[in-house]
Amino acid sequence: MFDGYTFSELTSILAMQGFAGLILFSVFVLMALGLAIIFGQMGVINMAHGEFMILGAYVTYICSNVFSTYLPSLFGIYFFVAMILAFIASGALGAAVEWTMIRHLYKRPLDTLLATWGLSLILQQVYRSVFGAREVGVTLPDYLLGSFQLTDMVEVPINGVFVMCLTILITAGVAYLMFKSAWGRQVRAVVQNRAMAGAVGINTAKVDRGTYALGCGIAGVAGSAFTMVGSTGPTSGQLYIVDTFLVVVFGGAQSLLGTIASAFAISQSQSTLEFFLSGSMAKILTLLTVVGILMLRPQGLFSLKIRR
Amino acid sequence: MNFKISSFANRTEIFGFLVLAVLIVVILPLALDIFRLNLIGKYLTYAFVAIGLVLCWGAGGILSLGQGVFFGLGGYCMAMFLKLEASTPEATKIQSTPGIPDFMDWNQLTELPWFWEPFHSFPLTLVAILVVPTVFAYILGVAMFKRRVGGVYFAIITQAIAAILTILIIGQQGYTGGVNGITDLRTLMGWDIRTESAQYTLYFVNAFLLFVVLLVAQYVRKSKLGRLLVAMREKEDRVRFSGYSVANFKIFVFCLGAAFSAIGGAMFTLQVGFMSPSFVGIVPSIEMVIFTAVGGRLSILGAVWGALIINQAKTLLSEAFPELWLLAMGGLFIAVVMAFPNGLAGLYTTYVEPRLPKFLSGNGGKDADDDSDADVPLASKQAAE
Amino acid sequence: MQTEVKDFVLSVEGLTVSFDGFKAVDDLSFYVEEEEIRVIIGPNGAGKTTVLDLICGKTQASHGSIKFRDTELTDLSENQIVHAGVGRKFQNPSIYEDLTVFENLELSFPRGHGVFGALVFKRDKEVIDRVEEIAADIFLSDHLQQPAGLLSHGQKQWLEIGMLLIQDPDLLMLDEPVAGMSVSERVKTAELLQRIIKGRSVLVIEHDMKFVEDIAHRVTVLHQGKMLSEGSMDHVQNDPKVVEVYLGH
Repeated sequence: MFDGYTFSELTSILAMQGFAGLILFSVFVLMALGLAIIFGQMGVINMAHGEFMILGAYVTYICSNVFSTYLPSLFGIYFFVAMILAFIASGALGAAVEWTMIRHLYKRPLDTLLATWGLSLILQQVYRSVFGAREVGVTLPDYLLGSFQLTDMVEVPINGVFVMCLTILITAGVAYLMFKSAWGRQVRAVVQNRAMAGAVGINTAKVDRGTYALGCGIAGVAGSAFTMVGSTGPTSGQLYIVDTFLVVVFGGAQSLLGTIASAFAISQSQSTLEFFLSGSMAKILTLLTVVGILMLRPQGLFSLKIRR
Repeated sequence: MNFKISSFANRTEIFGFLVLAVLIVVILPLALDIFRLNLIGKYLTYAFVAIGLVLCWGAGGILSLGQGVFFGLGGYCMAMFLKLEASTPEATKIQSTPGIPDFMDWNQLTELPWFWEPFHSFPLTLVAILVVPTVFAYILGVAMFKRRVGGVYFAIITQAIAAILTILIIGQQGYTGGVNGITDLRTLMGWDIRTESAQYTLYFVNAFLLFVVLLVAQYVRKSKLGRLLVAMREKEDRVRFSGYSVANFKIFVFCLGAAFSAIGGAMFTLQVGFMSPSFVGIVPSIEMVIFTAVGGRLSILGAVWGALIINQAKTLLSEAFPELWLLAMGGLFIAVVMAFPNGLAGLYTTYVEPRLPKFLSGNGGKDADDDSDADVPLASKQAAE
Repeated sequence: MQTEVKDFVLSVEGLTVSFDGFKAVDDLSFYVEEEEIRVIIGPNGAGKTTVLDLICGKTQASHGSIKFRDTELTDLSENQIVHAGVGRKFQNPSIYEDLTVFENLELSFPRGHGVFGALVFKRDKEVIDRVEEIAADIFLSDHLQQPAGLLSHGQKQWLEIGMLLIQDPDLLMLDEPVAGMSVSERVKTAELLQRIIKGRSVLVIEHDMKFVEDIAHRVTVLHQGKMLSEGSMDHVQNDPKVVEVYLGH
């Protein structure tokens, strides 16, 4: 399959595919981060995660329209406003969902899966009724258009670089929150021993709600970033949910580092394979490999051996 | 074998079984025209899957989100046979390669792929309908249960497999018919399956098979194996340390569920006249779980009712208010999971049964008793770990 | 290291398991004789439960061997270990709460353990008689048709003990059989255990020193995964090492 390409062409192709993979990687990481918190830390299977992400995307879409209509002078910064609003919107919805549904289901993880699936159906229909069935896209500010020319054959789109930088910042923020802040310590305490955490004065119900809301909020930010590289429809969230779950499970549900590593492995192999095979076969091969490895190592790539 | 009815089903169950039989075999065929009856037949094919899920998920606690895979495999096996029969050289003489299915010709295939060959034979097809999905389930089961992949992980992996198979079918158009599926099926060994009389016949064959599957499922549930499934759902380790190979039992029930689903899939193809990837993937697989949950995850009869009622509602609602359907379905699903984890069957046992005359009540008389079995409400500890 | 003698029921030699570098059990060797009642004591985290986990196959050993009579248990799966004749009771009562007491006991009846066997298993007179006999032993004759979830904590412990008895194991392993019981339940349990451990080898983990004194032939003291002392209760109680880490608080 390498016939007909010179070595330098091949490296360029690999570099470009690698870069395409990095954008996919960013989307995966952003979606998986929220899920890793909700699933890995709380054990809740949030099938509506994609819809929380799409909510963020629609918020960004609204912001883009509002700014271009009413505040054209500030259009250049709308995206940052949108991202914050997306976080708030998805986070608030997450908190509401936690309060009405999830908190009653903590002891029945499989049932959280079913209930949140029901939620995702409802949200999809709401999006369809409000925004229409067609996919919508946002207008990018001028400075995000175009691409950097690295060599005469390799160029990278600016919006892609932007999304990647965002991903790094958000990941760093989440890592800080979970592992360095007092709040993160409380979350981890509740995960490890709920009764004990309650006994030492942690308000476990509040921590649960906060954790779930944070996970959903990050999904909202992911959706916001997603608009930079793709368009949004009512069911776009569904496209990513299975991959995202595989990313989280493959990385070892408890480990943020694992999540990032597995997002990288899956996105890179998929985009690299995509060049040599058809898109669907690349995806099949990648998914099959992940499923195969999960069968051999169900605890995921990064996990501690503990007494069970 | 001195077989006692009372150890097989209590009065409620026999009563429920009879009610369902009268409804499906007598009332519906008399009350509905053939178009509607054919739709009912289609809904009942989902009930096969739901019954399997009651055993796997309700009794055994193994939630598979990939039952559509087995439904699809069964359906595709049947569709491949029918398609080959419809693709005689005479019928396809305008193609550049006559004698192969039309979609293959459109995708520039010039000969039949090897794995299509067995589907020239009807007996082989019947074997394949049962064996292919069951063997596939067996492989998955061995790979996962032997390594103690369970619960949430099992659900996610089976879901991924449903996704993979769908992408594969859609991607390999030339071999599978792609996103449109295998369509334009006409005859089964010369017998036109599109006529009214054929549709009536198929409806009753389907109903007959459904009751066979119900009886098998009932037998399994009432056997020690059925009690073991419940025991495994609760305390897997205790079962293991009582000397059972837990994995083998899970593999068995997963394979059984797959075989049931496959029968449903094959009957679907026969009654509806086509098979497509939209009955294989994530969404249909979860819908099957919804039918089961609404009917009552612990009740095999409930599963049939769930499939019937939800699909009937779907048809009525989406004809009248297409916008509302997803909202209603989502809301219903949340409500069932949150408020009625035992579904319709649970409501029946709680509210209806106590008001029924004594002779219909399963626990009337002295057998208050050994077959109280698994219908105890799912306690919260069900998945405490 | 002791030389191997044939009439040990259980020979544990050089047993080690580490969880990510932490050695929960470290080069442990001990031997249990036929019909011996051995009690393992030790402070929390000493590795007591892990030892039982290792013997019954729940946890895989990193090194070492566990011989049950002539069978190497480290190579067997959990259910094979049960069939070899090892029964184990868990620390928290581990019973099937949705099933009746009868069904709980019946599932432990040693027949129909394969998939096919379970499908054709019949509740015949032999099964019913045996279940009723055991139920009488564990004071649950009147509760046979109740869902096990409705039993009191002590009754659940008895039920699990009954589930082991019906298997009739040669080596019985009990993890804190009297923990969490009321005084009267404790007395009854002690009496029950005294009765059922006759003619078997038993490995017990227990904190209740009075109880240990009553039943133990020999005591093994674990500390940080290692054997600290072994011998009669008197010997162990007067061992200065033991006094320091455990009894001397």
